[in-house]
Amino acid sequence: MTHDNSYVEKDYKVVGSRVKRPDGVDKVTGKARYGADVSAPGGLVGRVLRSPHPHAQILKINTAKAEKLPGVKAIITSADLPDLTDGDQGMAHILENCMARGRALYDGHAVAAVAAVDEQTAAKALKLIDVKYKKLPHVTDVDEAMQPDAPVLHENMFTRGVEPAPTKPSNISARTQMGYGDVDAGFAEADVIVERSYKTEQTHQGYIEPHACLASVNPDGTAELWVTTQGHFTFRNVCSKLLGLEIAKLKVTSSEIGGGFGGKTHVWAEPVALALSRKANRPVKLVMSRDEVFRASGPTSSTSIDIKMGARKDGTITAAVAEMRYQGGAFPGTWAMLGCMTAFACYSIKNNRSIGWDVVVNRPKVAAYRAPSAPMAAFAVESTIDVIAKEIGMSAIDVRLKNVAREGTQAPYGPTYGPIGIENTLEAVKSHPHMRAKLKKNQGRGVACGFWFNIGGQTCVDLNIGIDGTVNLNVGTVDVGGARSSMAMIAAEELGIAYDDVKANIGDTASLGHNDTTEGSRGTFSSGMATIFAARDAIGVLKQRAATMWGIPLDDVEWQGGEAIATGDMHSNLPALTLKEIAAKSGRTGGPIAGHNEVVADGAGMGFASHICDVEVDPETGRSQIVRYTVVQDAGKAIHPDYVEGQFQGAAAQGIGWALNEEYIYGDDGRLQNAGFLDYRIPVCSDMPFIDTKILEVPNPNHPYGIRGVGETSIVPPLGAVGNAIADATGVRMTHAPMSPPRVLSALDARDAG
Amino acid sequence: MSNATLVSTVVNGDAVQFACPTDESLMTALRDRVGLTGVKEGCGTGDCGACSVTLDDQLVCSCLVLGVEAEGRNVGTVEGLAQDGQLHPLQEKFIEHAALQCGICTPGFLVAAKALLERNPNPDETEIRYALAGNLCRCTGYDKIVRAVQAAAKDMRKAKRR
Repeated sequence: MTHDNSYVEKDYKVVGSRVKRPDGVDKVTGKARYGADVSAPGGLVGRVLRSPHPHAQILKINTAKAEKLPGVKAIITSADLPDLTDGDQGMAHILENCMARGRALYDGHAVAAVAAVDEQTAAKALKLIDVKYKKLPHVTDVDEAMQPDAPVLHENMFTRGVEPAPTKPSNISARTQMGYGDVDAGFAEADVIVERSYKTEQTHQGYIEPHACLASVNPDGTAELWVTTQGHFTFRNVCSKLLGLEIAKLKVTSSEIGGGFGGKTHVWAEPVALALSRKANRPVKLVMSRDEVFRASGPTSSTSIDIKMGARKDGTITAAVAEMRYQGGAFPGTWAMLGCMTAFACYSIKNNRSIGWDVVVNRPKVAAYRAPSAPMAAFAVESTIDVIAKEIGMSAIDVRLKNVAREGTQAPYGPTYGPIGIENTLEAVKSHPHMRAKLKKNQGRGVACGFWFNIGGQTCVDLNIGIDGTVNLNVGTVDVGGARSSMAMIAAEELGIAYDDVKANIGDTASLGHNDTTEGSRGTFSSGMATIFAARDAIGVLKQRAATMWGIPLDDVEWQGGEAIATGDMHSNLPALTLKEIAAKSGRTGGPIAGHNEVVADGAGMGFASHICDVEVDPETGRSQIVRYTVVQDAGKAIHPDYVEGQFQGAAAQGIGWALNEEYIYGDDGRLQNAGFLDYRIPVCSDMPFIDTKILEVPNPNHPYGIRGVGETSIVPPLGAVGNAIADATGVRMTHAPMSPPRVLSALDARDAG
Repeated sequence: MSNATLVSTVVNGDAVQFACPTDESLMTALRDRVGLTGVKEGCGTGDCGACSVTLDDQLVCSCLVLGVEAEGRNVGTVEGLAQDGQLHPLQEKFIEHAALQCGICTPGFLVAAKALLERNPNPDETEIRYALAGNLCRCTGYDKIVRAVQAAAKDMRKAKRR
């Protein structure tokens, strides 16, 4: 059955209210089970041995001593994970990232793994494994990695997207270019031209729950994996491929997930745990330490970006060029391409060009981090726009409004925008009381905008009605931050029943068809769409059953407010049948009542946000304290406003951490020096003010409820907003994030030295 | 298990015995030997607060305490917050105010917030923020957590006056 995904305006009864989440009690009482919270009969403890070198050849791995230690049940190296990737290079890189194959490419790269009866034995066994390395020259900085004399990580990597194709391998995996118009002509029209170079440091998603899984492989090829993941179906497909298992025989269950932010969209430990279990013939639980999480999972790219923008005195930006270098860690990615697509997406700029360079370095393979690649580009562009505004003597908001993208604007990456909310967010910022709040000494205010695509993708939902009329909703996107509430609300809305009568669950891979990973802010958009369609399917069945119960034609039955109504002159005297009444009789009218939907959810609506940041800069220490912060974002439709606000606030807080403090620090030895929460400091409660939010609702025309994704966009503006606020407070333009106390202090010193 | 020591302690009011190696943390003992997996491990180095418990009413990171140190003492975990099927006001308010998203930090926040309110029933915003600065949350930006603690404190003061 096909369904129409067009937006239809309606009055909601459940959607838009602030109901209690169904997993709330489990999560406040400690009952909720996360990745590391389960065990299995006969279960072993898995631990991973990691390279201490950023770049080395692995000459020999001797496991003999470790194998003899009582209690050790299996030791694996890459030899136990034979390459089954059939020439799929992306998959081969995933395999090599999970377990080094002849060479270690970063500090923390897995080299071997152990399964033992307990933690102590496993730790002891790791120390008994003897690895002979030959150290190789390394490079961890993106600009240095692009130099012709830089140590090359992959001898078979030739830059894509360059004509003529290079004949020498390099660390540059790809060049991307996009945009339109004639930038030279645009700069010729400009009254002012501003050029600036920026750097952003590498940050980590920083989910509080480390990666954890429990793997069990049987000799007959059946297997189970319990894992904290954003995409258990994707994990199943990838692990099946790497382990040579059949997809239907590997059941993956997503545990409660203790934060992901993109970092739990990629496999690391899971193929290793499965390989250990296969070898030991026993279940293996593998939990990363925080040190391992920092050294070997996540993080996002560090970047180096050049921006050139020209504008007329009236504020019109006549031309804009960005050249951006993104490091992807030890394996190639498409991070710079995403930077190119998003850099100028908030604006309508007649002549624009973005060039991106994807670069590999001796750091962990980069993973998605909330609107991946967009915050760095936005930091550079949003900072530059403020410099332009200052030079032409216009308010920074008015410059943005003058150039704002609207319905009909061509996005720099090609498509033409439908209805979008960026102008609405800027107008809301302009009139927000925050803009009139008094600033004190050493305080400044900054505004910045942000864009993220949002995606749809493959989605599958089952809705089953019990004989008491309560409803089980089985969705396949992971609930990272309250999604079960939203899905139950949508099902209740469609069916016309109470929210409490619907229980939403996350189905495992054996109980639902494939669902794409919960990424790209797709959860509520795509599973929401599939839930609406599944509920409409179920309503079709309910009407059929009511017709049977009444003995009238189906055409004379309508569904209204949770009840079947008989229509037409012949039957209008029949009393309505409620969902509960129809469900109670289902055994005699055709069996269980259910609705299903499998869809590729197309038409994800773009997400736009504008933020206001007030900062106080301590001139003695260079420390910046956020004193006031406001997020305005277009949600399309907020299903559960509490959790939409929560996404805005959480994203802003991550952006603030990135702007002010968080960074990977590598020593000259190529080792990560701050692999822990003490030295990699994410914002704590006393660092933050309350974060004011304003939800705008510009409906997405391609969703029945107008839903857009909301999860990612608001991590994009904070770097620019904070930088602009610091500039307002101090007169100093920071071009290197994080704008940490030492960097701000040295900029203040330079200012004072004149 | 080498060098195991038998530990007799009280956890959430119940007498409990477990045997653990002398170098094992209280966090691991509570999770793996007592079965209280509401005690979460976020870092194992005392930086994130997810494993917060009370030891004789003192708030500690259980990853920084040895299991054997629980001998003869009273341990309080998130599992002990609800009494007689009634959620603690903090638990109620965390759900009501959507103060959790992924929920992994929630047990630690609840234990820490309870310890704060026992010490100071009427904390201002700054006092709440500093009292909870040892607990990391990556999802919420802390906004709704602080509001939930404020609301719970208000309710608890009201209940006390009755």
